[in-house]
Amino acid sequence: MALFLPNRYSGRLIVVEGIDGSGKSTQISLLSHWLRSQGYAVAFSEWNSSPLVRQTTRRGKRKEMFTPTSFSLIHATDFANRSESYILPLVKAGAIVCADRYAFTAFARDVARGVNRRWVRNLYRFALRPDVCFYFRVPLDVAVQRILGGRDAIKYYEAGMDLGLSRDVVESFRIFQGRILDEYEAMAEQMGFRIIDATLSIEEQQQQMREMVVEALGQRPRAGVLRIPEGDTSAGATAPAILQ
Amino acid sequence: MPALQPLQFYSEPLPGIDTADLHGKLIVIEGPDAVGRSTQVARLRQWLEQEGHAVLDTGMARSALAGKGIKEAMLGNTLGPIAMTLFYTTDFADRLENEIVPALRAGFVVLIDRYIFSIMARAIARGEDRRWIEQVAGFALVPHAVYYLRAGVDDLVRRVVLGRGAFDFWESGMDMRFGADMCQSFTRYQSRIIRALDLMAKRYNFTVVDASRPPDEIFRDLQKHIGALEFNGSPIEARPAAPARKPRRKRTWKSTS
Repeated sequence: MALFLPNRYSGRLIVVEGIDGSGKSTQISLLSHWLRSQGYAVAFSEWNSSPLVRQTTRRGKRKEMFTPTSFSLIHATDFANRSESYILPLVKAGAIVCADRYAFTAFARDVARGVNRRWVRNLYRFALRPDVCFYFRVPLDVAVQRILGGRDAIKYYEAGMDLGLSRDVVESFRIFQGRILDEYEAMAEQMGFRIIDATLSIEEQQQQMREMVVEALGQRPRAGVLRIPEGDTSAGATAPAILQ
Repeated sequence: MPALQPLQFYSEPLPGIDTADLHGKLIVIEGPDAVGRSTQVARLRQWLEQEGHAVLDTGMARSALAGKGIKEAMLGNTLGPIAMTLFYTTDFADRLENEIVPALRAGFVVLIDRYIFSIMARAIARGEDRRWIEQVAGFALVPHAVYYLRAGVDDLVRRVVLGRGAFDFWESGMDMRFGADMCQSFTRYQSRIIRALDLMAKRYNFTVVDASRPPDEIFRDLQKHIGALEFNGSPIEARPAAPARKPRRKRTWKSTS
C-alpha cells in the first residue's frame, strides 16, 4: 500500500474497519484494554469525534444538508483534526493508537455514494499509514440483523436515504451497506487488511487479533513503544476516546 | 495547464450536475487579506444590478453547512492546517452545490469573494502539498474570469493599520507563528500567500489587477474587464427549459469574509 504517510515513528497505529454491525468496536475496545494491561501506553480515537467538527456534522445530518461531496469532506475534516492534533503526535511520542474506523471507511462509504474513487484516496493522502488494519468480515444479513435487533431507528444517512435507493429505510440500509461491503472487499488485498471472521465468538476473534498484533508489533518496535514504568499507578488510566 | 472552458470542472465532476444547464456568469475576485476585495465586490454587485443583472455574491465561511462551525473553530487556536483547509473546502463545496450552481442555472451573475485559490494558497503557505489540495479542489467549476487584486505586503500592512486598526490572528498566520509578533508574522505569511497566488495566476489564467491604486481606479478597471465579458442579451429574460431555482441563501453583503 503506497498510500499514506509511512510510520517512521516509535509508536504504532492499529485500526479496525467493517460495516455497521460487524462487531469491530467491541473488539478494538477489548484490544486496547488488553494492550494497556500489558503495560503499553495506549490511546484511542473514534470516527466523527473531533470536538471542532462534530457539531457541524451532527447538524448537517439532522437537517439533511449533505451531498456525497460535502459529506465526504466534512468527515475528512474531522479525521484531519484528529490526525494532526492527536493521532500523529501520540504515535510520534511512542504510544499505540487504536482507531475505530480509519480512512478506509471513507474509501468504502464515499465511493458507495458515488464520489470518485481516486479523488477520495487523494483526500486522505496525509493520513499516517496503519501498522495493522483489521477488517471484520460479516455477511450482510448478519450485520443487518444485529443493527435492527440492537439499537435505535436507523438514521437517514446511515441508510443511504439520500441516494434514493428505496423508500423503505431498512431496505435502503441493506442496499447501501451492501455497496459498502463490496467496496471493502474490493480493496482488502491492496490495502493489506487482516481479515477477521466476524461470525466467530467474541473470544475467538479477540484471540486472533491479539496474536496478529503481537506478531505485527514484533520485538524490535517493542523497545521503542512507550511502556508504563513499573509501579507507576498514575499512568495507565483510560485514555480519553475524544480530544480534550 | 490546458485551456479549460468556463463552467467545466477542473478535474472531478460533481455527481449529478450537467454544466450545459448553467447559463450564468461565474466571476471570482481573488487576492490576499486586506487588499480590498469586499469593497470591490460590493460596488460591482451594485453596478451589475443597476445594469439589470441578477447577482449572487458569496464568500468564504458563509455556507449554511459549515460557516458557523468554521467561525467557532477559529475562535480558538487549535485548528491545524489540514483540518482548516478541509473545513474551508467543505464550506466551499456546500456553497457550490447549493447556492452557486442553482444561481448559474437561473442565469445569475455570481460574484465570488475568494475561490479555491485562496484555500489552496493558505494551505501552501502553511507547508501543505500543492498537488494534494489541487486534486481535492478539482470539483470546482472553472470561472469565466478570475480577477486577482494584487498588492505588495507593505500596502496590505498599511491597510490593516489604517483600516481595521488591528492585526487578526488568522490573517497574520499566527497559528504557524511566522514571526515573533503579529506584524512580523502577517508580513511573512501574506508574502507567502502572494507568492502562491502569483504562481496560480499563470497556471489558472488570472487577470491581474494592480490593487496598490485607489479603490475608484481599481473599480473602473474591473468594470472595464467585466463589461468586456459577453452577457447573453437582457439578463432577466425567462430561461426556457430549466425552472428558475432561487439560491437558497438570501443575498446579503458582509463587510468581511
